[in-house]
Parts: sequence; structure tokens; C-alpha cells
Amino acid sequence: MMKPKTKKKIKDRSAFIVKLLIGILFMLPIIIGLLFSFQTETDLVSYPLKFFTANPTLEHYISAFTTIPILHYLKNTLIVCVIAITAQIVFSSLCAYAFVFFDFKGKEFFWNVVLACMMIPGEVTIITNYVTIQNIGLVNTYPGLFITSMIGGTSIFMMRQYYKSLPKDFKDAATIDGCGELGFLFRVATPLSIPTISSLAIYLFVHIYNQFFWPLLVANDDKMRTIQVGISFLVTSDVTDYGRILAGAMVTILPSVLIYIFGQDYIIKGMTSGGVKG
Amino acid sequence: MAKVSMIGLKKVYPNTEKKKRGKNQKTEEKSNLKVTAEGVLAVQDFNLEIADKEFIVLVGPSGCGKSTTLRMVAGLEEITDGELYIDGKLVNDVEPKDRDIAMVFQNYALYPHMTVYDNMAFSLKLKHTPKDEIDRKVKEAAEILGISDLLGRKPKALSGGQRQRVAIGRAIVRQPKVFLMDEPLSNLDAKLRNQMRAEIIKLRHRVDTTFIYVTHDQTEAMTLGDRIVIMKDGEIMQIGTPQEVFQHPANLFVADFIGAPRMNIFDGELVKNAAGRYAVRLEQLEVELPEEKQERLKAKNVSPCKVLLGVRPDHLKLSDQGVSGTVDVSEMMGSAIHLHLSLAGKDCIIVVPTGDMTQSQITDFTPGTSLKVSFSGYNAHIFDPESGLNLEY
Repeated sequence: MMKPKTKKKIKDRSAFIVKLLIGILFMLPIIIGLLFSFQTETDLVSYPLKFFTANPTLEHYISAFTTIPILHYLKNTLIVCVIAITAQIVFSSLCAYAFVFFDFKGKEFFWNVVLACMMIPGEVTIITNYVTIQNIGLVNTYPGLFITSMIGGTSIFMMRQYYKSLPKDFKDAATIDGCGELGFLFRVATPLSIPTISSLAIYLFVHIYNQFFWPLLVANDDKMRTIQVGISFLVTSDVTDYGRILAGAMVTILPSVLIYIFGQDYIIKGMTSGGVKG
Repeated sequence: MAKVSMIGLKKVYPNTEKKKRGKNQKTEEKSNLKVTAEGVLAVQDFNLEIADKEFIVLVGPSGCGKSTTLRMVAGLEEITDGELYIDGKLVNDVEPKDRDIAMVFQNYALYPHMTVYDNMAFSLKLKHTPKDEIDRKVKEAAEILGISDLLGRKPKALSGGQRQRVAIGRAIVRQPKVFLMDEPLSNLDAKLRNQMRAEIIKLRHRVDTTFIYVTHDQTEAMTLGDRIVIMKDGEIMQIGTPQEVFQHPANLFVADFIGAPRMNIFDGELVKNAAGRYAVRLEQLEVELPEEKQERLKAKNVSPCKVLLGVRPDHLKLSDQGVSGTVDVSEMMGSAIHLHLSLAGKDCIIVVPTGDMTQSQITDFTPGTSLKVSFSGYNAHIFDPESGLNLEY
């Protein structure tokens, strides 16, 4: 008969191995990409393919940086990300605050509209958005790139869940202390929601940073391209340089992966806030 | 320091959704909430004059409207009808911050991202009070409450009692005209609650202002209040000093709510004896009422009738002659034994002091033991079985 302690140990270790395998499975494309990006051209076309090379090289990275202006694309992407994330946090906080703390006619209806917006895939509205952007002359401009990312249903939802979890007494205490609605929002609710805002910012960064289709439509000019669109120009019609493409891809995913790794605690906290009574 | 007058205060929470009702069904009772065509009636016809520096306690069971009343005074709830005056000024439409009140909440409501100092200074900062004055007031209040060494800490690093002190300190620094407290001790354990209760009494003498205190705990109400307002279903049941509401309960609800253990209620009879004097009869026991009760009943011209007879557990005495009962449970409380008896067809409690008892007498009260109990006419409360009102008042 197995001891309960041993049984628990085996159970925990089995669970760990299963989780590890699933993690590796998800990470595999990135791991393979990373390993191949350091291989020479000869290694990459050899058969069978080798995961590890005896002669690692940076030639593909140098090639990627000299073929396209990666740093310029990164700058464009960061401008779009910063403005869109800031706007989305401000607007979603204000909107969520109204949904939680104000009573107004049609509150339920508007909340359902927000929920419905979350269900609609971005691709469905992309053509009408493009026509609008084109008509107001925002093609090939930064506003054209970030305007559609300035508000989103998911952000409103996350902020609303957080505000709903705030004890009502905070609002009452602040009201008696002399805070108005904005005073309470900025002096009490916002400082308390920093973990949620952080997780939202990280989530939005990953989302906006990885946008491809919208920047592809809006930025025709090379100067306005974002990193995801720019990197696709490494694939040219005459020659397919897999090493260079992989090196470019690795550079591209680096910021979002780093942000995700360092901010994962906030993301988990933000996603679960409001759902669990603290 | 201020007088507070509440005249005909009423609070109705409008119905948020249309409810299907029968044509003639204008009012429906759902648990203890009164739902009318206007909405849920939380408080009605609330009239109270609170004197300057008076300590008033609103007490009642959950949902009786005591917190709603306090929140109306604070300005956190809109007043549906009636008038509220603070220091002679009508404040129905005055913003909470301009009412010169401070409030202590049940859940402390300390801002978690601020230190104790910042929590206490917050309202003063919003009023643009000079920094050195804020500093002085915060330190003074901290001194009074013995939390000077906690000023740099965040609320999460404090115990429940310390948090409650900070919450009180936050109210003190404002030097309000009226101090509002919404069940401030409910989250504390029994020992700490007793300690904090004593501290509130001391605090009351130090800050010397008008207090309105809400609680569902009758012990808190009795020990803290100059006067107690007992509420039920949004209405005032009785207003009086702790002694008055204990000795002269206006109705069955007050009699039952005030006092621990609760008052025993029996099916009795109000009779006139051979001498033409009022007496109460419980089974074979007939007890003549004292002169003051005779006069009150005579003045109201009360005829002999069936009554609900109330006697507090401390006022039922073991006796050789009286009503017979059987012990169901005996609870040793240290200085007294609480005996649960089956008596006159009811379950009742009798408190027997153990001071003069021998060990064998104490252990005598085993379940099934037969006893006889009696009571004095001074301690008999007589209520109308239908209205529940005290027949003397």
C-alpha cells in the first residue's frame, strides 16, 4: 500500500511533467525559430535538419537589420502602442466608472452593446473602419494607425469588473471626505486599480504590438509601417531567406515576450480581479 | 456640536423593474421589506430631535432602516420626504462634505494605498487646510487614540482594532458637528468589541459632540446611548433612555429586543381581584400590580382581559409557591445559571444567581427537575395580544 505522502508526491510530479510538456509544445515553434536563426545558410538547407549547430552565426540578424529599417518600424510601433494604450486606459476607466457608479437610462442596453462589441471579430469592421479613415484623410498617419485601438470592449469590461469589486464604503467615505466623482476616480479608485491597469496595459501592448492587418491597410508608406508589417517585407518574391526571416521574427517578438514574462503576475491578477472575493 | 432634527423622514427606493401585481394588491410584504407602488419603503415617518452633544443610538434588527436613516443624515442617501436640520439649517439638499459631519464605517473604509497619516489627513487636504495645521490635528487625534506609532503604516499592516481606531481618528480630525457611526464594532471579536466600546465612551467625553450611532447589538445600545431609538420595518418603535426602554417597553417588539436573555412572554390574564385592584394571572398564580401600574391602567380604563404577560429572566424567582415548570437545559454562566424551563406551556429562561448557592445546589438543576417560579408585580409587563402594545402606555 502506497503512503499518502508518496501518492501526493507522485501526483504533483506527474502534474508538473504534463504541464511542462504542454508548455514546451506551445513554445516549440519559438524555440525552433530561435535555434534556426543562429544557423548558417548551409545548415538550414542540410538534410536532415539539425536543431543545434556547431557554428552559430549572427549573419541573419545583421542581414535583417540592413535589409529593412527595423528600428524605425519599432519606433512607429511604440508610438502607436503608447498612444493607443494610454487612450484606452483613460477612456475605459471613465466608461467603466460610469457603468458602475452612475445610474442612467439605458445602462443595461449600453452595457450589452459593450459586450456585443467584444464578440465581434475585428476583421468584420476593418473595411468600414478603413473607408472612414480614408475619407477623413488619416491613411499613412499615426492617428490612422492608433485611432481604432483607442477604446475597446475588453478594457471596459476589465475595468468595470475591478470597480465593481471596490467596496462601496470607499466611495461613501470619499464622498464625506469631500471628493467629487472625478476626485474619487483619480485619488482613490485609480491608485487602487494600478494592478488592473498594469495588466490591462500589458494585455493591450501584446495585442496592439502584434496587429498586422490594420497597419498593413493604413500604412502604405514605408515610413509609417509598423514592425509586424515591416518584417513581412523580408520575404521577397525572388529569394526566400529563411534565416533572415527567422532572425527578423525573433527581434519582433522579443519586446512582447519580455513584457509578458515580466508582467505575467499582473496579467493573471487583472484577469481574475472581480471574479474572486478578496 | 449641533442639534439634529429629523421631521417625518421617509426613504423609498424606487422599483427598478416593473413588477406584476394584482389590481388590488398595492402593498406586498416581502420578509421585512415593505414594497409599495412607489418602491421599497425603507424608512417612514421618522421624527427625532437630537440635542446638542447627545449620544443617540439607532438599534434594530437587520433591514429595519437604521443604516438608511444614518446615511440620510450623512447625505449618502437622498431623502424621499421630510426635513433634516443640522444646527438649525435645512440640509436635505446639502452635499455630504458641506454638512460638517464625519462618519465611521463598519468595514473601516480606510484607503489601502495611503498610510494611516494620509488616511487621517485626506479630508483636510481636500479642504486645502494648511500643512502644519493638518499635521497638528492628525497628531493630536493619533495621540487621543494611541495610534501615534502607526502613522507611517498602511492599513493592511494593522489589526482590526487598530484599523477601527484609525477610522475613528479620520473622523476626529475633522472636528465635525455630528459624529456618525455605522456599526463600527461589528467586525471586531467579542473581547476587542468590549474594549473598543469602553474607548468610545471615553472618546465621547473627550470630543464632546453630537453622536449618532447605529448598531444591531442591544448591549452596545444600552451601554453607549443617552437615548436609544428602537426601529423595526423602517419605523420607530420607541425612543427613550436605556432605563426607560428596558423598564417600560412600549410594545412587544421592544420588550423582546431589549435585554439579554430576551423577555419571557406568557399567555396570561389581566384580572381585578376581590379588592377591585388589577392583578395578573398566570395559571394558578395571581400577582397584584403595584400602585403606579394600577394608576396607569385605571387612567387608560383597561378592562380585565387576556394579555401577553412579559417577565424578564432576571425577574423570575425560584419560589415555594408559584407556577410549576420543568428544567429542559441548565447553562452555567459563572455568576448565574440560565435555566431553560417549560413553563405555562411556553419555553422560558430564568436567571438564577449562583452567589449564595452551594455546589450541590448548583448541580441540582438537572433536566427534568420540577421547579416553581414567581415574580413581583413591579416586573410584570402586560401587552395587548392583538396590537402588541403595552397596556400601561
